[in-house]
Amino acid sequence: MARRSVTKAHNKIQELSWEPTFVEKDPKYKTDYTLTKGSQKDPMKQIMQSYFTMQEEKDHRVYGAIDGAVRGNMWRQVQPRWMEWQKLFLSIIPFPEISAARAMPLLTEAVPNAEIHNGLAFQMIDEVRHSTIQMNLKREYMKNYIDPAGFDITEKAFSNCYAGTIGRQFGEGFITGDAITACNIYLQVVAETAFTNTLFVAMPSEAAANGDYLLPTVFLSVQSDESRHMNNGYGTLLMALSNDENKELIERDLIYSLWNQHAVVDAAIGTFIDYGTKDRRKDRESYAEMWKRWYYDDYYRSYLLPLEKYGLKIPHDVIEDSWERIWNKGYHHKVAQFFATGWPVNFWRIDPMTNEDFEWFEHKYPGWYNEYGKWWEHYSGLSEPNGHKPIAFEDTGYVYPHRCWSCMVPCLIREDTIMDYVDGQWRTYCHKHCHWTDTVAFRETYKGRPTPAMGRMTGKREWETLYHGWDLADIQHDLGYVRNDGKTLVPQPHVIFEKEKMWTTDNTRGIEFQSPNVLLNQMSDEEREKHMEEYRQGFTINASL
Amino acid sequence: MSEEAVTRGTGRGTRSIPPIELTDAEAGAAVFAGSDSRSYNYFTPKGRRATKYEDVTVDVQPDPEVYLTQGWILGWANGDIGYDPSWTSVKVSDWHRFRDPNEEWERTLYINNSNSVRQFQHSIENAKSENVFQDWNKSWVDILARHVSTWAHADQGLGMYVFMPAQRAAMSNMHNNAIAVNCMHKLRTAQDILLYNLELSEIFPDEFDGSVHQEVWMNDPSWQGVRENVERIINAKDWAETTFAANIVFESLVGELFRSQFAMRFAPAHGDYLTASLIGVSEREFKDRDLAYTKDMLRDMLEDEVYGEENRQLMQGWLSEWLPYSLAAARGLEPIWSETEVQPVSFEVSFGRVKSRFEELLSELGLSVPEEVTI
Repeated sequence: MARRSVTKAHNKIQELSWEPTFVEKDPKYKTDYTLTKGSQKDPMKQIMQSYFTMQEEKDHRVYGAIDGAVRGNMWRQVQPRWMEWQKLFLSIIPFPEISAARAMPLLTEAVPNAEIHNGLAFQMIDEVRHSTIQMNLKREYMKNYIDPAGFDITEKAFSNCYAGTIGRQFGEGFITGDAITACNIYLQVVAETAFTNTLFVAMPSEAAANGDYLLPTVFLSVQSDESRHMNNGYGTLLMALSNDENKELIERDLIYSLWNQHAVVDAAIGTFIDYGTKDRRKDRESYAEMWKRWYYDDYYRSYLLPLEKYGLKIPHDVIEDSWERIWNKGYHHKVAQFFATGWPVNFWRIDPMTNEDFEWFEHKYPGWYNEYGKWWEHYSGLSEPNGHKPIAFEDTGYVYPHRCWSCMVPCLIREDTIMDYVDGQWRTYCHKHCHWTDTVAFRETYKGRPTPAMGRMTGKREWETLYHGWDLADIQHDLGYVRNDGKTLVPQPHVIFEKEKMWTTDNTRGIEFQSPNVLLNQMSDEEREKHMEEYRQGFTINASL
Repeated sequence: MSEEAVTRGTGRGTRSIPPIELTDAEAGAAVFAGSDSRSYNYFTPKGRRATKYEDVTVDVQPDPEVYLTQGWILGWANGDIGYDPSWTSVKVSDWHRFRDPNEEWERTLYINNSNSVRQFQHSIENAKSENVFQDWNKSWVDILARHVSTWAHADQGLGMYVFMPAQRAAMSNMHNNAIAVNCMHKLRTAQDILLYNLELSEIFPDEFDGSVHQEVWMNDPSWQGVRENVERIINAKDWAETTFAANIVFESLVGELFRSQFAMRFAPAHGDYLTASLIGVSEREFKDRDLAYTKDMLRDMLEDEVYGEENRQLMQGWLSEWLPYSLAAARGLEPIWSETEVQPVSFEVSFGRVKSRFEELLSELGLSVPEEVTI
C-alpha cells in the first residue's frame, strides 16, 4: 500500500471510535494518574491490512533461517557454554513477552485516546508473536542441541526456580497494579525503550559470536516490532506529562522501573553476555561497554534527557547508581558468581572460567582477578564429582547471600545491604532504592496522596524459605531437576558430556539446605545486628580449599 | 586446510571476527542421561504427541496450582493476584486442559489473517478492474453506506474492548491466546469494512456518504439495540461471561443475522456480489474459528466432572442476562429489511434461521433458552 494511501486509510479508521452512552464506563484496571483526552497521534499510522502481510513476510524469513540452521546443522558449531545459558534465558523471556500482550487492555481502559488504542492492538498481537516465536526457538534448541535436559522442563523450571522468579517480576510488573505505572512507565517507557536494546540487540550479537545464528534471526525480527511499541509509550507519556498532578507519580514510577529493571535485567543479561561467551577477543565489547552505548547514550542521553523540557523529572541518581554498581561494584560479576554457587538448584550447566577468560575479564574490568579469580579457580577445581560437595557447601570463604525482598536478586554488594523490619518481619534489601521500592513506592499513599491503584508485593519472596531444612537431593527431586535415569542432575558445574563426570543425587544426599531469611528472623535482636554488621563487611575467598 | 583453520576459523586479514569453532554440540554426539529427552515433558498433550501449537503455548502463563511454588509476586491492593480465579464465576478442576481447536500461534495467525486481507483486497481489485459497480442497483449503495459500514463499529467494540480485556484475564495461556486471535479478527474486520467504505466513496463520489455510518451508529433507531448490547458487554468484567455474551449470544443472534442473512443475501439481489464475498470473510472466520474455540472452551467448563453442573446453571443465568439485549438488538434491525429495493428474504425468515441455529448451538452445549425469555 502506498504511503499516501496508508495515511488516508489510517485517517479513515479513526471513524471507528465512539463514546458509549448506554453505560457509564467502569474500568476494571485503575490508575491514580489523571489523563485527559489528548490529541496524541500515532505517527506509525498502523493499519491491519498492511500489518499482517508485513509480519507474514518477516515470519517467512525467520522460518527459512530455521530450516537452514537445521539442514546446515548449526549445532556442530554452537558453544555449549552459550547454549546452556539459553536454558535460563529462554525459559524466562516468553513470559514477559506474553505479559506485554496481556498488559494492553490496562492502557485501553486508562488512556482516553482511541488512536493510541489502535496502536496498542498491534502491540498486543506482536507480543503473542514474540512469545510463541521464542518458545519455538527453544524447541529447536531442545531438539538439536547435544544436551536437551533443562530445555525439556522449561516452563515448569521457570515456575519453580529462584532465577525464574527474578525474571518473572519483569513480566508481572507489566500486568499488575496501576495501569499507567505498569503498562506505560514500567513496560513501554523503560522496558521496551531502554532494556530491549540489551535484550534483543546485544544478545543476538553475542549469540552469533558463539556460533548460534538462530537467536539473532528470531530476536532481531522481534526487535523490529519494538519501535512501534516505543512509539505507543511515548504518546501516553506525553499525555501524562501534560497534567502537573501526575508529575510525582511519574517520578516515583521512573525510580522504581529504572532501578528494578537495572537490578533484574543487568543481572541476567550481564551474566549471559560476559560469562556465557567463548569469544574473548579483546576488542569485543564487554557488557559494561554495551550498557554504556545502548542504555546510557542511546536511552538515557538521547531519549530521556530531551523529555526534561516537557517537565519530566529524571532520577539521574538512579542511573548513576546503576552504572556505579556495574562498573565499580562488580554487580553482574557477583551475580554470575552467585548463579555458579547455586548450580545444584539450577536447571542449566555453568561452564568454569579458564585462564583465557580470566585474561579477558582483567583486560575489560581491571582488578577482576583479585576479586573473583580465585573463586572461579575453586569452582573449576570442584566441577567434576570427586568426593567433595558442590562449591556452595565447601569452605571457599564465600558467604551465601541474603535475598533482596524487592528485586529478589541476592544482596551481593554486601556493603549496600539494608535490613529493616517491614510488615511484621525482618527483610533485607540489596540497595537503598530497593528498600524505597518496598517501603515507599508499593504502598497505599505516596507523598501524602492516596495511591489505591498502586500494586502490592505478594508471594513467597525468598525462594530459600520453601526448602529450609530440606536435604539437597530431596530439593532437586522436588524441583524436577533430575534426569530421566532418576539420579543424574540436570544442572552440572561444567559442560562435559561424559556420564561418569556428571553429578547425581548420590553426590548431594545428606546436605542440609537453609534459608538466610528464616535464620535472620529466628535471631535475637543482638545476634541479628551483629550478623548484619559482619555480612556488610563481606568475605575473603580462601587461597586454597 | 590446517587444523588451526578448522578449529579456530580463518579471516581475510586483520578484521576482528569471532572465532567460530566446530564444537560437535549436535544432538546425538554423545549419549548420557537425558540426552534423548527431546520433547517438553511438563504437560500432557491432547493427542499422542504434542503439536507445535501446544509446545509454544501450553503453560507459558504459570499457575500457583501447578508449578509456581513462590506464587504470583505482584498483585493489587484488594488482594487480587496476577491471574485471579475470582475474575470469572466459572470454576474448572484443571485450567490447563483446554486446547484451541484452531491451534493458533503466531505463524498461523499471520498466515490466516494475511490470506483474509488478500482475499479482501483481490476481490476489490478484481471488481474495480471489471467495473462491476456500474451494474449495481443505485439504491443499494446507500444501504452500504448507512448499514453495512455501520457494522464495523460492532466489530471494533468487541475486538478492542471485549476480547482485548478478556485475553488479559483468563486462567491459562491457551485460553488467552485463542481470545487474542479472536480480538484481531474483529479489529481487522472493522478496518476491512471501513477501508471498503473508503473505496466506495471514491467509486460513487455522489451517491455514497462515507461517514454517515457514525451518525447511524449513534442515533439511528435500528442500530441502538446493537450498540446497547455491545456497550453492555464492554462494561461487564467476567472474561468468560463476556466471551459467552459476545460469541454465543450476540454473534449468533445479531452478527450472523446481519452478516449472513442480510449483507450476504441482499447484496447479490442488488447486483452486488462483491459485498457478499467481503462480508463472507468475517462470517467464515467467526463460524470456522472463533465459534469453534468458544464452543470447545465452554464445553470444557460444562463437562467438568466437579463443577460442570454449577457452570451450566451459571451459563443459564448468563443467557437470562444477555438474551434480552441480543434479541432486542436483532429485532431492532428489522426495519433495514424493508429499506432495500429488493427483498430476497423477509426478516422473519432470516431471524427464524438464526434462531434455529442458535437453539442448535445451545443444545450442542447442553444449554437451553431460559423459560422466562421468548425468542
